[in-house]
Amino acid sequence: MTHALTRAPEHGARTGPPRGRPPGRFRRLFARTAGRRSLVLAMLVAAFAMSVATLLPSGVASAEGERIVGTLQTSVSGPIPDVEVTVTTADGDEVDSATTDENGRFAIDLPDGAGDYTVGIDGDALPDGVTLGPQGDTRDVTVDTGRSQPVNFGLQDGTANSGGGNVRAVQLLVDGLRFGLIIAVCAVGLSLIFGTTGLTNFAHGELVTIGAIVAWYVNVQGGVPLIAATLIAMVVGAGVGALHELALWRPLRKRGTGLVAALVVSIGLSLLLRYLLQIIYGGFSNPYAEYQSQRAQSYGVFTLTNRALASIVIALVVLVLVALMLQKTKIGKAMRAVSDNRDLAASSGIDVNRVILIVWMMGGSLAALGGVLLGLSDQVQWDMGFRLLLLMFAGVTLGGLGTAYGALVGSVIIGVFVQMSTLVIPDDVKYVGGLLLLIVILVIRPQGILGSRARIG
Amino acid sequence: MSDLLDALAIALKSGLGFQAIFFALLAIGINVHFGYTGLLNFGQIAFAMLGGFGIAISVSKWGMPFWVGVVVGIVAAIVLALLLGLPTLRLRADYLAIVTIATAEGLRLLFRSVSATPVTNGTRGLSAFNQSFIALAPWDTQRRYAILGTSWSGGELWVATVGWILVALASLLVYQLMRSPWGRVLKAIREDEDAVRALGKNVYSYKMQALVLGAVFGALGGMVYAVGTGSAIPDQYQNANTFLAYAALILGGAARVLGPVVGSIILLFILQFADTGLRSLISNGIIPDTLLSSTDVAQIRFVLVGIGLMLLLVFRPQGIFGDRREVMLDAR
Repeated sequence: MTHALTRAPEHGARTGPPRGRPPGRFRRLFARTAGRRSLVLAMLVAAFAMSVATLLPSGVASAEGERIVGTLQTSVSGPIPDVEVTVTTADGDEVDSATTDENGRFAIDLPDGAGDYTVGIDGDALPDGVTLGPQGDTRDVTVDTGRSQPVNFGLQDGTANSGGGNVRAVQLLVDGLRFGLIIAVCAVGLSLIFGTTGLTNFAHGELVTIGAIVAWYVNVQGGVPLIAATLIAMVVGAGVGALHELALWRPLRKRGTGLVAALVVSIGLSLLLRYLLQIIYGGFSNPYAEYQSQRAQSYGVFTLTNRALASIVIALVVLVLVALMLQKTKIGKAMRAVSDNRDLAASSGIDVNRVILIVWMMGGSLAALGGVLLGLSDQVQWDMGFRLLLLMFAGVTLGGLGTAYGALVGSVIIGVFVQMSTLVIPDDVKYVGGLLLLIVILVIRPQGILGSRARIG
Repeated sequence: MSDLLDALAIALKSGLGFQAIFFALLAIGINVHFGYTGLLNFGQIAFAMLGGFGIAISVSKWGMPFWVGVVVGIVAAIVLALLLGLPTLRLRADYLAIVTIATAEGLRLLFRSVSATPVTNGTRGLSAFNQSFIALAPWDTQRRYAILGTSWSGGELWVATVGWILVALASLLVYQLMRSPWGRVLKAIREDEDAVRALGKNVYSYKMQALVLGAVFGALGGMVYAVGTGSAIPDQYQNANTFLAYAALILGGAARVLGPVVGSIILLFILQFADTGLRSLISNGIIPDTLLSSTDVAQIRFVLVGIGLMLLLVFRPQGIFGDRREVMLDAR
């Protein structure tokens, strides 16, 4: 039981890479890639600068005047268009009416300002299978000054009492798998960064948020298709990751900053980035422009929207690619070598700083991808990454801090556990279950599933 | 010019008011954990929340006297510290960090959840539990008092007085403890755990005692905050507050008795001054509305704290009073 802080005290390499030239095989590798690398770097920086420029001018969103807004949709039918919505005052005078658009949304301005209103919908216009909830076809609302008052009609489509033939446990398992895979995509970088540098990076959640928000600006404000926007966000994510490493962590390693100091610095960075993002993006949650109005397809015992299915497939493919890269390619082997024993890797000719830089870029771009996938299901928010961070830590710790595959296994287990736990606990405390699992793991098997005993100190 | 004076006065009041006491008590607790023992507790706010809600739930929900609430809050914090310490104190430092941060966030989510509403009143929180405490004030709490160009209500003044007495007592306790053999063992654990173990000390037990002691200070801080605001709302206890307290501690100087106290006063003064200053600059049109709107100002304080925390750790980890050789952060 040794105190690891005293044994491996510094964040990053205690001994730098050898000053001399690396031996033959590695030298050829570097000679080939050096030029390309600086080019890629320049492109990343340029892309990042451009994306910042698009971020800036649209900071302020405002809602003048009072209105009533809402969306008519159920999970089976999807959004319901062409339903008439009527707003009357408390005295029964009609204010205005509107029909829902193709996204099922309606918005009615209130020229009389704040007050009590009654909102009604035309129940006969609802599609087959969709019924009004027990409260009927009208809602009484109180609108405050300057507020867009949302109205929820609570439409029912028969799935609430599992009438649609899907088994709730299986449904939650599939949802959990999707959620866990997204956590895994985000957390691979976190685990690899920890493995290669020893840094517990609390600012990793912000990489997720940056990815999601960049994609949102490019997609919604720039009008670029989401798939292209995601690729741009991943490039930007890689750039932000590289920026973290080059501008902050590498200089700190050179100064010999301790692991604990580095940890607190990462918390400072997390605060800084998170609230800057809130200032730039605002406190709202917004969806992407595409793939929002999808109906859930039935697969026998569970239902999935196409975008959820695509998320699962994309995450799986990406994770398999990452695993293949770690297993087969030279840089992947170098990452595992640095992760396993930095000094030995350095003395056998691996350029440790270069490997760490690539880990940061890879981690950043994967986190960006994870952010977009998360934004696709839960909408884009300024603190989405931070809220995910704790589950990422739970997953990474469960799998084994610093192990490459541990992050994958642990994250999927956490995701499934969090979703499945809603079978017994209410939905709004499901994250608590995940965090509780983290603590239980530490009691039973602190090194995690794939970790080794020596790492835990 | 009058704007500037106003901003200074408001900042001064903030630096002496119950919020500064809140952060000072949090930071004194963190100082015991982190400054003296080397424990990375990133969930100090959880203890504060238990302290605040200990009073709030006992008084408004169970109809108990105020002082029973104080005891309930302290006991709850001790229990949580034991629960957190049991699995993690044998492990490397960052495990405690992850678990405490997770607990703080998890507890807040739990307290604000719909299922906890019968006890905590969910996101709206509890109020009306501090009258019997305010009534103890030896002066009239209805009127306002002017001190150093700032205006205080009688209640605020009473909470601040009691709070600063608490801070003084806590500092005195820490001072005495850290001069005692017990405190020297804590500092030795921070420096070299293995050496302490080789001397036959039960490191695990000492760490646990330190964790519990710091947690009690945190709970007291939470109580001051709850009584000062007159309400206990789960979202007041955001974990960002833990990092504000860390910033205060590191600014003042870790492992120094007065470090957290001075740090909190200065931090609150700076934050409030920046806050009021920016707002008046925006309302006067000096900063254009398109660049920064007044709703963004509340976020600026966290941005400042983030930058400040990073700069301090990189360039002056010992803060104002600290000793560079003694600060655990330095190149270890």
